Amino acid sequence: MSVLELRDLRVTYAGDVPAVRGVDLSVAAGEVLGIAGESGCGKSTITNAVLRLLPRSAEVGGQVLLDGEDVYGMSFGRLRAVRWAQASIVFQGALHSLNAVQRIGRQIAEPILLHSKVSRREADKRVAELLEQVGLPARRARDYPHQLSGGQRQRVMIALALACGPRLLIADEPTTALDVMVQAQVLDLLSSLVKDLGLSMVLISHDLSVLGSVCDRVAVMYAGRVVEQGPATAVFDDPRHPYSAALAGAFPRIGDERFRYSPRGLPGDPPFPGDLPGGCPFHPRCPIAVDLCATTEVTLAGVGDGRTSACLRATERGLDLRGAR
Amino acid sequence: MNETTTGTDVALAAHGLHVRFGAARAVDGVELEIGSGEIVALVGESGCGKTTLARSMLGLIRPAEGSVQHGSRPLSYAKSALKDFRRHVQLVLQDPTGSLNPRHTVYEAVAEGLRIHGIGDEETRVADALAKAGLRPAERFFLRYPHELSGGQRQRVVIAGALVLEPDVLVADEPVSSLDASVRGEILALLLTLRAELGLSVLVVTHDLGLAWNIADRVAVMYLGRIVETGPTAEVLLTPRHPYTKALLSVVPEINKLDPIVLVGETPDPSRIPVGCRFRPRCPAYAAGLPEPIAARCETDPPAVLPADRGHHAACHLTEA
Repeated sequence: MSVLELRDLRVTYAGDVPAVRGVDLSVAAGEVLGIAGESGCGKSTITNAVLRLLPRSAEVGGQVLLDGEDVYGMSFGRLRAVRWAQASIVFQGALHSLNAVQRIGRQIAEPILLHSKVSRREADKRVAELLEQVGLPARRARDYPHQLSGGQRQRVMIALALACGPRLLIADEPTTALDVMVQAQVLDLLSSLVKDLGLSMVLISHDLSVLGSVCDRVAVMYAGRVVEQGPATAVFDDPRHPYSAALAGAFPRIGDERFRYSPRGLPGDPPFPGDLPGGCPFHPRCPIAVDLCATTEVTLAGVGDGRTSACLRATERGLDLRGAR
Repeated sequence: MNETTTGTDVALAAHGLHVRFGAARAVDGVELEIGSGEIVALVGESGCGKTTLARSMLGLIRPAEGSVQHGSRPLSYAKSALKDFRRHVQLVLQDPTGSLNPRHTVYEAVAEGLRIHGIGDEETRVADALAKAGLRPAERFFLRYPHELSGGQRQRVVIAGALVLEPDVLVADEPVSSLDASVRGEILALLLTLRAELGLSVLVVTHDLGLAWNIADRVAVMYLGRIVETGPTAEVLLTPRHPYTKALLSVVPEINKLDPIVLVGETPDPSRIPVGCRFRPRCPAYAAGLPEPIAARCETDPPAVLPADRGHHAACHLTEA
């Protein structure tokens, strides 16, 4: 059974803003799924939808199953038990997610004390273990967030997410504000935790190269839908959707002469979810769009090798999207 | 070899530059030249001093030692000289949302520089700058407010605000780091266009080596206040010599890549720069064991400050040996 399964998930925010428009995804035990996309594509809405953290005004359709159990059918008590202990989130922006006036040890101990009947001292012992697990000395428990560097704070966020021994970790842009070296340290840490603890993970990022280096499978989102899904390496090296190709090209491979003095980008900007273009929502920015794209609602279809793409031209022979301008 | 150190084709340069904040030696002896029409990427991690170096090259921070050179003249810090200098050397900030006043229209944001410098013919110049930055037809953007624009458009407004004074050098600090991935390429392409069409020189400050590969002619890698490797982009990025550059390149996320060298810790404190080679405490080559005479030099002799010419240099005892 999948650890997480989304079935036709739809989220519409107040004012008729469809942020997620029918997403099917699943994460198997021990699997790392990447979700790629940029502002407004719905990737963070999915994060929040999984643990029912959306504002009350948001309308949710479809199903979110955690270990087969529908999150939206749970009683509030059951939901509280599931949050942290079955699935937890590593939020982006560690500086803003941590309480600035509480020692980090207290912050990590809080969910432990709430979720399991342990003494203060046992909780502190667990905090020390968690800190060492994420590569921080146990004595840092007495520090306040401002005493830590950006990378160390992100480690604290990971320790916090691990506090109640979840099976699924959802990491929402965990390395966005970090330097490359620190980013590499944090990604290494996440990968080794997944392996050592047998966790499943959903890693969300706008950087396809980050996802490619860590994930087993990647789903690329645009305008509230998955537009391509497949093995991470394949999606990055040989994208079957022009939008994935653009994302892959935004962070070029150093040494690839096609990108030298030739930065790749798309015209225009990601669309606002409340005002999506008709047909394929990507067509106004698409370098290979044909007339049909403006009028055809494109859905995900198999393109071989366990991959799917929502592009009319995905199966055309000899279409080299990675090199396309 | 030294074609840029003599003659008049140096747009902006730093010579023997030191900037200190109390005990912190944020910039600790830097030679750097940006040739006329050249795009130079200054890369490094947070805290390495790259933004401080850029700000001192903009005349915003007065160096403790050394000088900034614009064209063939050293920068004077007299008020009127500085004002004139700033017409010619303009800053493009990293976060367009934070650097635009939300209550100013696009027109006001772009015209501000003209007003400060008392330059007339405002409307034509504003329209021209917006068009050069890729916002066309320019008049349609005049009365828009920043919140009505997308991230990419806002960054173009910031660039137009710099272009309106017809500078010869742009200093762009992380010009695309806050933009969506699919929009980055267009802004970087704009910098290349401005160089081709206006002959602008650009110093791009970034932590992103892919960006350097995309647009830069030369790369300078900075670590703890010093430039540790410099040279033509393809040479530095494809055949790096300094262990720090090698490590940085090895952790650029990519698939199927060989053996990342993940350094431990973060950039150390610039108020306690290690003796000998400043990179030694984190250096994988030193940690792996070096022949005694070289290791001894790493421990005691700071590598020399790299020259500002266009050659490929690394501040490492290993590569000199």
